Amino acid sequence: MATFKFELVSPERILFSGEVVSVIVPSIEGEMTVLAGHAPLVATLKTGIVFVQTTGNNGKDFFVNGGLVEINAASTTILAEQGRFLEDVNAAVLDQEILSAETKLTGSQDEDEKKRLQDTLVQLREFKHVFEGRKAA
Amino acid sequence: MPSLKDLRNRIASVKATQKITKAMQMVAAAKLRRAQAAAEAARPYAERMETVLANLAAGVTGSSAPRLIAGTGSDKVHLLLVCTAERGLCGAFNSSIARLARDKALALKAEGKTVKIICVGKKGYDLLKRQFEKDIIELIDLRSFKQVGYANAETIAQNVLSRFAAGEFDVATVFFSKFKSVISQLPTAQRIIPAEIPAGTKVIEAVYDYEPDEGEILETLLPRNLTVQVLRALLENAASEQGARMSAMDSATRNAGEMIKKQTQLYNRSRQAMITKELIEIISGAEAL
Repeated sequence: MATFKFELVSPERILFSGEVVSVIVPSIEGEMTVLAGHAPLVATLKTGIVFVQTTGNNGKDFFVNGGLVEINAASTTILAEQGRFLEDVNAAVLDQEILSAETKLTGSQDEDEKKRLQDTLVQLREFKHVFEGRKAA
Repeated sequence: MPSLKDLRNRIASVKATQKITKAMQMVAAAKLRRAQAAAEAARPYAERMETVLANLAAGVTGSSAPRLIAGTGSDKVHLLLVCTAERGLCGAFNSSIARLARDKALALKAEGKTVKIICVGKKGYDLLKRQFEKDIIELIDLRSFKQVGYANAETIAQNVLSRFAAGEFDVATVFFSKFKSVISQLPTAQRIIPAEIPAGTKVIEAVYDYEPDEGEILETLLPRNLTVQVLRALLENAASEQGARMSAMDSATRNAGEMIKKQTQLYNRSRQAMITKELIEIISGAEAL
C-alpha cells in the first residue's frame, strides 16, 4: 500500500514520526481520513483522537486538543497544541483540562478569546462523553 | 614579604572561594541537564511551525497577507526583545547577548530609525540601561519563575502583539543565545515580526485548501507562532545560561586550585627560610660561646 510521511508534534515533544498508510484527523469541520496523495490542505483541529495506521493492521491512537494539520505532497504534519498517547488519557486528565479551560474562561476579558475558550470547552465535554462511551463499549 | 599568618589567611580564603565555585558548577550542571532537555524537546515543534508557516506564507503574498507576515509596509520603528539571564556569574553569556543587541541598536540608529527595547531578564537591562536609558520601554522580570514555560512565553508574546496592534513598532527582533553545547553558545538575533522565513527552508509551492478558511487559520497560527518562537528563545537561553555558568565556574575552580598551589608553595618556602634562619642564629650563638 502507498505510504506517506507523517509527523505528530506537540510543543513538548515529537509524538509520532514515520511512514504511514492512513491518518484519521479530527478536523474542525468533521473527521477526515488522509491517504497518500491527498490534496494540499491546512485545517484546524478540534479535540479528538488521531488514528494513525502504520501498516495493514497496525495502528496507534493519539489524543489531541487544538492545533492544526498541514497536508502537502511531501508530508503531513500535525502541530497539536496539546497531544498525548491515548493510553495516557483518562477521565482525570480530561477533567483537569476542562477545569483549566473553565478557569481561563472566567478570567478572560477579550470577547474573541472567550468565544474560543467556549468552543474548546464544548469540544472537551463532548470528547469526554465519547471517551467514556468508548471505554464502556 | 607577607608574614606566615597572612599567607595562611589568604590560602584559607581562596579555598573557601573554590568551594563556592565548585558548588555553583555542580548546581549548574544539574540544572543544565533539565534545561537542555527542555530546549531540545521544544525544537521540533518550533521548526515544524516555521516550515508550515513558510509554506503558507509563500501562498499568501500580496495585499491580502496578514501584517504579521507581510509587515506594516515600513520599517521605521524597531522593537528589540533582548532576552538575558536574571543572574550573573555565567561568563560572557549576558554581555555577548547585550553586545549583539547594542550593535544592532546603534546600527539602526545610525540609519535614522527609532529603536525601542524590551528587556527580558534583569542582567540585559543592567548592561543596556546606561546607553539606551530612553529607549528601554519595559523590563520583564522572570526571577520569580523557577522554570520558564509556555505561560511565560505567552504573556510576553501577548505584550508584543498588543504593542504591534497599537502600531508602536514595525519590526520586532528577538535576541537570545542559542545552545550549541556546554562550551559553546551562539548569540542570535531572530526577526519575529514580520515572521522571518529562515534561509534554506524548502518551500513547497502548493495551492492549499483551507478549513475553515485562510484568514481564520492564519489569525490563530501567527500569534501562536510568535509564542512558540519566544518560548524557544527562552528555553535556549535557559540552557545556554546554565552551560555558560558551568564552564565559567569550572575555570574559576581551576584557577582557585592553581592559586592555592602557588600560595602553598610560597608559604612552605617562607616557613623553611624562617627555620633555616633560626637554626643559623642558634648555631652561630653556640659557636660564639
